Amino acid sequence: MSEPALVLEDLHHTFFPGSPSEQRALEGVDLVMEERDFVMVVGSNGSGKSTLLNVIAGTLIPDHGRVRIGGRDVTRWPEWRRAGLVGRVFQNPVSGTIGRLTIAENLAVAAKRGIRHGVLRNALGRSRRRELADHVRELGLGLEDRLDTPVGALSVGQRQALTLLMATWVRPTLLLLDEHTSALDPGSTEQIIRLTDRIIRSQGLTTLMVTHSIQQAVALGDRVLIIHRGRVVESIGGARKRRLRVEELLDSFDRLRSADLVDQSAAEMVRRLYI
Amino acid sequence: MNLLIGSLSMGFLLSLLTLGVFITFRVMGRLDLTTDGSFGLGAAVAAALLASGVHPLLATVAAAAAGWLAGATTGLIYVVLGIDTLLAGILVTTGLYTIQLRTMGGGNRSLSATRTLPEVAEDAWRALRLPETVTLGETSVAASLFSALLVCVLFVLFSIWVLARFLRTDLGLAMRAAGGNPQAARALGLDTGVMTTLGLVLANGLVALAGALFAQYQGFADVSMGIGMIVTGLACLVLGEGLLGKGTLRRQIVGTLTGTIAFRLLVAAAVRAGLPADTLKLATALFVLAALGVPAVLTRMRGRMDRTPADLSRFRQRIDRIPADR
Repeated sequence: MSEPALVLEDLHHTFFPGSPSEQRALEGVDLVMEERDFVMVVGSNGSGKSTLLNVIAGTLIPDHGRVRIGGRDVTRWPEWRRAGLVGRVFQNPVSGTIGRLTIAENLAVAAKRGIRHGVLRNALGRSRRRELADHVRELGLGLEDRLDTPVGALSVGQRQALTLLMATWVRPTLLLLDEHTSALDPGSTEQIIRLTDRIIRSQGLTTLMVTHSIQQAVALGDRVLIIHRGRVVESIGGARKRRLRVEELLDSFDRLRSADLVDQSAAEMVRRLYI
Repeated sequence: MNLLIGSLSMGFLLSLLTLGVFITFRVMGRLDLTTDGSFGLGAAVAAALLASGVHPLLATVAAAAAGWLAGATTGLIYVVLGIDTLLAGILVTTGLYTIQLRTMGGGNRSLSATRTLPEVAEDAWRALRLPETVTLGETSVAASLFSALLVCVLFVLFSIWVLARFLRTDLGLAMRAAGGNPQAARALGLDTGVMTTLGLVLANGLVALAGALFAQYQGFADVSMGIGMIVTGLACLVLGEGLLGKGTLRRQIVGTLTGTIAFRLLVAAAVRAGLPADTLKLATALFVLAALGVPAVLTRMRGRMDRTPADLSRFRQRIDRIPADR
């Protein structure tokens, strides 16, 4: 049995500690993902799901806890070094590609993710270009004929499709999807979701996908995590996940929300009585 | 005609400065104030080495290497200490002032008694038994002027060729990616700190090379000659972009050359038209202001903007208007 693809141990992170705007984003998150797991993460705004993703990707170094990817402790690795193991698609379609460079140039950079050789080789030689074109054809967007178009000229949907292709070009140990359809119109969303599913299945990728969409959380993946106030409060997997319906997941959210209200009114009462 | 040849030579050698500014300002997306310091440093190093009898070609290359060091220093301050490149550049340029004084052993240094690169070129011209004067149209130009121009052209074309090739290699592409979108570059496994430093090293090497050639061309080095060079470089860059646009990488690189020559010709024309010498600084400053300001206004009027912060915020607003699907 090989090492799990991702292990998170007791992650804690607090923004602005000790100040009035102190914000405890992660309060002890544990998670194990085996290879080929496809995990969906849902949670309301401010629940800590973005922080979680940033800690895994290396954008943030956690105050406490460990991140292991593919058996390696990467907790203190800078983001660029971790990128050899992690492919990432951002919420903003502009974030994951370099708008000033052409499609071919973007792909050439992605094709070298985590690989270091031939630094002074022509990045876009003839054979490399043919390889890029073949790969892009799989997207079915007609981009293979526009290899020399700057990426900035593409639509957001096309750009996000390209980002997805770039993030998975070199097979990542872990694929992170950060609400990657939330900036797209319904048509593009549909297209990107289908592409996401196809790429993950065909390459057998281990994927952690954060989403705002309950429908996506229900329809995709083989486990759903509900994150609330920096903790994983519910994990729905196996047969229960397969049977899961949208209403059921929404009920879970409502329960959390009402629990919150009780918390807040209790705190208010304590304040009135004692301060 | 002599003035024209002079302007052309000056335009060619200063296009190395513009090329440096292009790398930092356009490719890496940073305004690098090390430019002022490394221009003067290149001149100072070349002058000191020439005075001690080093071959002009070697002295010129050594000056470029000094520029690499200046750029690396700014880069390291940024990467290791986390000080922004803008402040790092100011610190390095300030420090370099002393280094220039020490290198030259004073505030300025005449090169009239030493053999310089234009003189080497002139000797080569004679050795090849080429004519003493070159006739262009109705006027004749002295061989010395013409050979000096050739040296500048050779240096510039070689530098442009090397740079254009480098920017298309895997490493060059990585550098452009890091400058174009650092967030995406990191997610694609690029160390943006190292890439920024690489850009600064390359750019300041070119700027120092320009300084070394400039000093040899005009026959003296001065500690204050680098002051304001970043602004001159920017003006030439923007003028070139105005003339050729910034469609492709090739266009942009050729644009640095075109823009610099056009800028020098403008200066020469202004002087010929009777612009008093003591107003040249003000005139240059106003021109720089116009060169930087007018294209920006024009593009805004054309409504054809590259992705600017204003664009991005409009984009975000559009995202916000899309209803959440839950």
